[in-house]
Amino acid sequence: MNEQRFNIDVENINAEFCGSSTGYADERVLISLERAQGFGKLKNLPKRLPVGCRRGGCGICRARILEGNYKRDPMSREYVTLEDEKEGLVLLCAIYPLSDLKVRLEPKCVKNLEVNSQSLEI
Amino acid sequence: MAMTGVLRPGFIQMRVMDMEASKEHYINRIGLHQVMEGDDGRVYLKAADEFDHHSIVLRKADNAGCDYFAFKVYDEATLDAYKKRIEDYGIEVDDVRAGEQPGIGRRISFVVPSGHRIELYATCEHSDPKPGINNSHIWSVEPHGMRARRFDHALFYGPNIDKVQEFFETVLDFRTPEQVDLPDGGLLGIWMTCGMKAHDIAFVNHPEPGKFHHVSFELENWNDVGRAADIITNYDISIDIGPTRHGITYGQTIYFFDPSGNRCEVFAGGYTYYPDLPTRKWDMDNVGKAIFYYERQLNEAFLSVVT
Ligand code: FES
Ligand SMILES: [Fe+2]
Repeated sequence: MNEQRFNIDVENINAEFCGSSTGYADERVLISLERAQGFGKLKNLPKRLPVGCRRGGCGICRARILEGNYKRDPMSREYVTLEDEKEGLVLLCAIYPLSDLKVRLEPKCVKNLEVNSQSLEI
Repeated sequence: MAMTGVLRPGFIQMRVMDMEASKEHYINRIGLHQVMEGDDGRVYLKAADEFDHHSIVLRKADNAGCDYFAFKVYDEATLDAYKKRIEDYGIEVDDVRAGEQPGIGRRISFVVPSGHRIELYATCEHSDPKPGINNSHIWSVEPHGMRARRFDHALFYGPNIDKVQEFFETVLDFRTPEQVDLPDGGLLGIWMTCGMKAHDIAFVNHPEPGKFHHVSFELENWNDVGRAADIITNYDISIDIGPTRHGITYGQTIYFFDPSGNRCEVFAGGYTYYPDLPTRKWDMDNVGKAIFYYERQLNEAFLSVVT
């Protein structure tokens, strides 16, 4: 593992600060955040961290990069269009930090999640 | 021998974003074999315990998910009869020419009310590796990876599940061994079979049409599910849940993701269904046990993470 470490700060949708984590240079940002959540460092998130496939396919970890540089794996065009990409939208499981990062969760599937959790009352 | 209509799941075509990583996953980890690569770049895979030409097709795309799921029917006359019944039901049928996929005869193709493309075909060549026929060993090649024995079923997410059930039951002669009811009288999900397995295809109610939940491969036993879990961690494959058991079908299972985020399952077991058996029903208070029998609750990803 590349031991170079970066800070990853997470805001929620209303820009309220939610917590931070340390990520390794060759580690998917979502994995770093999952580890931080495991240590109780993301406890102010309004919901649990959205984690799905961890491989850029399901779109659940969609987020906006507010500051910082990263490199990327392929991510589903269904959830990050070319226009989204220009605006700085990514799937957190498909990017790796090249500097400290500031990110804001912007899941595209929030609507579906709500429909499902309502019909299921879970 | 009573089975003459739709015989079994034949093949499924999946979209993947990185072909080399996907081949590594399905061949070296799950334990399939590559039959061939087509001129258009599609890669055809099979399990060594299957006779038919292929059961998994990988197509490179810029998103993940499933293009279509094809069932094998008894013969060409059966295929013609289904074409007429599907059209009479009011669903448009497309013809796909023989050879559009290597080793596969003509297909018929149609979209069910959940937005998923389903296909039927009757003719298919065999390919190697395959089981022996005369005085054969249990392997033609030594099993590797998770030792998958066959492509078994898939679960899809989409709307109009009640209409999907009516179509599969009345037009394609499937039955529903198991279902989950919603409190308002609707359906959360249906597990349907064309034969005697507990399920060959399943659907869960979801607002977005045409979504894919998982493709499933059968293993020999519960020990192999444990070995699959070891492989998943050893190779840093993204895990979803398991090893655990489904209350529905009794399958012993583990869910994980391919390199494009498509969910895969390997499982063992499951009960035998006969056409005179009742549909087993679950209500929403017990849906946790129905899906994940040991955890007794759904994980967050079950209802929301699809490709
Ligand atoms: S978790 Fe599925 S795209 Fe990131
Ligand atoms: Fe399954």
